[in-house]
Amino acid sequence: MADYKALEDLVIQVRRDILRQVHKVNSGHPGGSLGCAEFFVALYNEIMERKDSFAMDGKDEDIFFLSNGHISPVFYSVLARSGYFPVEELNTFRLLNSRLQGHPTTHEGLPGVRIASGSLGQGISAAIGAALAKKLNNDNHIVYALCGDGELQEGQNWEAIMYAAGNSVDNLIVTVDLNGQQIDGSTDNVLPLGNVRAKFEAFGWDVLDIKEGNDLKAIIPGMQKAKERTGNGKPVCVLLHTVMGNGVDFMMHTHDWHGKAPNDEQLENALSQNPVTLGDY
Amino acid sequence: MKKYTDSGKKDTRSGFGDGLTELGKKNKDVVALCADLTGSLKMDDFKKNHPERFFQVGIAEANMIGMAAGMTIGGKIPFTGTFANFSTGRVYDQIRQSVAYSGKNVKICASHAGLTLGEDGATHQILEDIGLMKMLPGMTVINTCDYNQTKAATIAIADYEGPVYLRFGRPKVANFTPEDQNFQIGKAVQLQEGTDVTIIATGHLVWEALQAAETLNEKGIKADVINIHTIKPLDDDAILKSVKKTGCVVTAEEHNFLGGLGESVARLLSTQHPAPQEFIATQDTFGESGTPEQLMEKYGLNASAIVNAVNRVIARK
Repeated sequence: MADYKALEDLVIQVRRDILRQVHKVNSGHPGGSLGCAEFFVALYNEIMERKDSFAMDGKDEDIFFLSNGHISPVFYSVLARSGYFPVEELNTFRLLNSRLQGHPTTHEGLPGVRIASGSLGQGISAAIGAALAKKLNNDNHIVYALCGDGELQEGQNWEAIMYAAGNSVDNLIVTVDLNGQQIDGSTDNVLPLGNVRAKFEAFGWDVLDIKEGNDLKAIIPGMQKAKERTGNGKPVCVLLHTVMGNGVDFMMHTHDWHGKAPNDEQLENALSQNPVTLGDY
Repeated sequence: MKKYTDSGKKDTRSGFGDGLTELGKKNKDVVALCADLTGSLKMDDFKKNHPERFFQVGIAEANMIGMAAGMTIGGKIPFTGTFANFSTGRVYDQIRQSVAYSGKNVKICASHAGLTLGEDGATHQILEDIGLMKMLPGMTVINTCDYNQTKAATIAIADYEGPVYLRFGRPKVANFTPEDQNFQIGKAVQLQEGTDVTIIATGHLVWEALQAAETLNEKGIKADVINIHTIKPLDDDAILKSVKKTGCVVTAEEHNFLGGLGESVARLLSTQHPAPQEFIATQDTFGESGTPEQLMEKYGLNASAIVNAVNRVIARK
């Protein structure tokens, strides 16, 4: 049984990390990062079978790909707080000579990152490749990927979605962050995604919804169910219904904070809504 | 003058296919991905012998490149196969981010490059791919000249850790390099020794350069002929050594003069040893339908064009 109090504390600390990273450099993407804080905390602490130290090949462990690389603040925070690199390094986010580039990359050797992402639509393909390599290596572990909902507008995703179902890549769980927002507005206004569940199902995926995508008590059992559905001949898709900017009242339910940092006053307000739990970096 | 004989015309793509077949037997980490062009890329043997390591991705090149990048994480050495146009221009951002920037050990193998693709016309005749690929940091760019060299290169790149673009073609062309050659990435091959002019050629133009050198020799012009199979990293030393001796150079390639081998040579010479240079290449144009021979003649990519360029460049010394 998960220790929900400890995980909630971690979520709050991750929110603080996200806000403080983007505030310091006055850039970055807090909205989507906040919306996925609970998912990342659940994934790295309760769902993935992973080793303590990082090896690029991810042999004999579950591995994760972040396709929507702009939510790097939440990725970096959870990687650091999972022990892949010192938490203090979050201080270097987006600074010159940092391993914490604006978008995640392998180029600077940051532990926990296995491929660069940022230019959207490429993560599912990489995850499929890694999943197929695991099958060839008789490595019975799962490959996870996260992509944004607006990101599904990129055509490469649908090449990948077609491939994975057509070739029974069933050691793969792709989570779609369904927050309904993208840079220019709501996904409905920018380019309607239609019925995402029906689309994945029509391509041949096994689809689950996590309706309360910002509630650990929904995410953890939901993702465990997704794990149980692997190995049955179909790739698994989790539709994670989240609120962009979750946990900071003035950042929620809007696309305004997709790629904008809070000013000093806004940061203070946001942090006051998320008091220190584990300690700031 | 060294004599080179054509042991019988063969296509370079078959060199790739046969190299891949050999790799399949000797390296269990080698996997192959193809975007609905298995026959054209001569990948059938690999597919037949190693069905579990062959991945038919359909007409979906972006996904193919991404999958290949992902496979490297599990220690695989992926060889992707499709036409040069779909291997580069169509998937440039996928190669840039998922392969080159991510430093992944993917071998992008591209057939039907250049005008000699022939009748299909300009939509398929990419003349910009060398430029696209050589601009990517960390990308190795290889353009082989005949069947034997393509086979040797295919085998050699599996042992090299890092992204590689391997470019070859469709038509049957002279097969004149040794069957047992030791292919060294980044190492130029000196084919003829001469003192009057350096001819630096890549791909299908290497055989044409040798024919040109014979014609020139009959007129008393001694050409140094260098086969640059690896455009990046360029063998600076071999080129400088030759041009210091001859004082002028003709570069020859089945590619636009913008972004190709000629520009790489010009950059090297302008910074280290300025010398007159003529470019045998397409002149910032698209191709068109026609037979390979007709197209190479029309666009000035053959032995007689090289001879004319040599006469021009020597006059500029």
